[in-house]
Amino acid sequence: MSSAVADYIARIEGTCGAESDIIVVLKFDKKDQALEKILKNATLKNKIADIIYDLTYEKYSFRFYASGKIIFRGIKNKQILNQILDNLLL
Amino acid sequence: MVDFYENNNANVHRGVHSLSLEATEMYEQSRERVANFVNAKEACEIVFVRGTTEAINLVAYSWGLNNLHEDDEVLVSLMEHHSNIVPWEITAKICGFKINYVNVTSDGILDVKDFENKLTAKTKIVCLSHVSNVTGVTNDIKTLSKIVHDHGAIILVDGAQSVPHMKVDVQDLNIDFLVFSGHKMLGPTGTGVLYGKKELLQNMVPFQGGGEMIKDVVFDSVKQQCIVSWNELPWKFEAGTPNICGAVGLAAAVKYLEQVGMDNILAHEQFLTKYALNGMKNLSTVSFYGPTDLSKCGIIPFNIKGLSSHDVALLCDSYGIAIRSGYHCAQPLHQIFQLQSSARASFYLYNTTEEIDRFLEVLTELQTI
Repeated sequence: MSSAVADYIARIEGTCGAESDIIVVLKFDKKDQALEKILKNATLKNKIADIIYDLTYEKYSFRFYASGKIIFRGIKNKQILNQILDNLLL
Repeated sequence: MVDFYENNNANVHRGVHSLSLEATEMYEQSRERVANFVNAKEACEIVFVRGTTEAINLVAYSWGLNNLHEDDEVLVSLMEHHSNIVPWEITAKICGFKINYVNVTSDGILDVKDFENKLTAKTKIVCLSHVSNVTGVTNDIKTLSKIVHDHGAIILVDGAQSVPHMKVDVQDLNIDFLVFSGHKMLGPTGTGVLYGKKELLQNMVPFQGGGEMIKDVVFDSVKQQCIVSWNELPWKFEAGTPNICGAVGLAAAVKYLEQVGMDNILAHEQFLTKYALNGMKNLSTVSFYGPTDLSKCGIIPFNIKGLSSHDVALLCDSYGIAIRSGYHCAQPLHQIFQLQSSARASFYLYNTTEEIDRFLEVLTELQTI
């Protein structure tokens, strides 16, 4: 992950449970800026009340929450996640 | 706690100066309050620890390593939090004893027949939750404790989910070890309690070594070694400077809970649980796990069709509602329920019906995703 992208991110955590989802927690003061970039680079599938954004990028689906948290599904490899974040946030 | 740090902060059982004596007085008064809260016979049966996890580890190591051998068995239920499984799995590898797991039915109830079948002459200790942290199911500890003692074994009860929510009387329930955490009962994090019957604690070796837990450390110049003797109970188990302010804070929490009344707290939680369940049952995509009657504490595990538990928790978080998602540190129980994970709503004395109404509104909105 590039340092410019890392600057958006407060923490990355694996979820507890068999799903093995990954939650990316954005820095609170950067979340709106991050959302703008993500909406440019990913495909918006659905939006609910400016709170939930269902998105896809390449073959990966993810959900952005207005609270500044993104949940990625089906990504087992941290390098792939870093690459996706680079592509979404640079 | 602020008052303690501003006016009484000093180490305990060390100095002869007034501040140290004041701190010691407050620390030991805290122990007495906690002892009264669970109706321990004596305050020395209360050991302050970091939390439930440390308390179970203390028993697994200090009691387990000296009392469990190759042919012995430990009985643990499949509804346990990982903290009541993993310490036993670790010490089993050291001592070679066998762990038998008691089944839980598909609706989250302890299988008492299986419990009785697996309780053998070889069983030395039974480790069981009082209340499941996933389902809120309450085990009948009084009955189970009698069965355990009739077999000549002892019982460790994980009270992390019961002591904060209901009156727990260690003498009435005839519990050998009771463990619980301060942070789940309005107390500070990093506080917890091990209650143990005096005769058991007396025969256990210390868990950690250091200051406070020793009586003497005498250097034998001939043998070129230190001869160490242990302090009395409960300090034998409190090596080093304890979390003094944490204990004072925990005692303040206990005082508050006692003023509210444990029966009132339980009744309030059961009312809220029923209120929430009635609302949630109207939502067609919500699935529940475990019983949905009043025999449980204020915990509702659930999922919403088509959504991961983490999505449910994240959406609730967007509205300022904090619920847990995942395994809740109880993966074996999720295997029984055949779940990848679950969301969990839980209630305490500070929650209101208005908050549950808001929660139900958010869940209703989730139906549209």
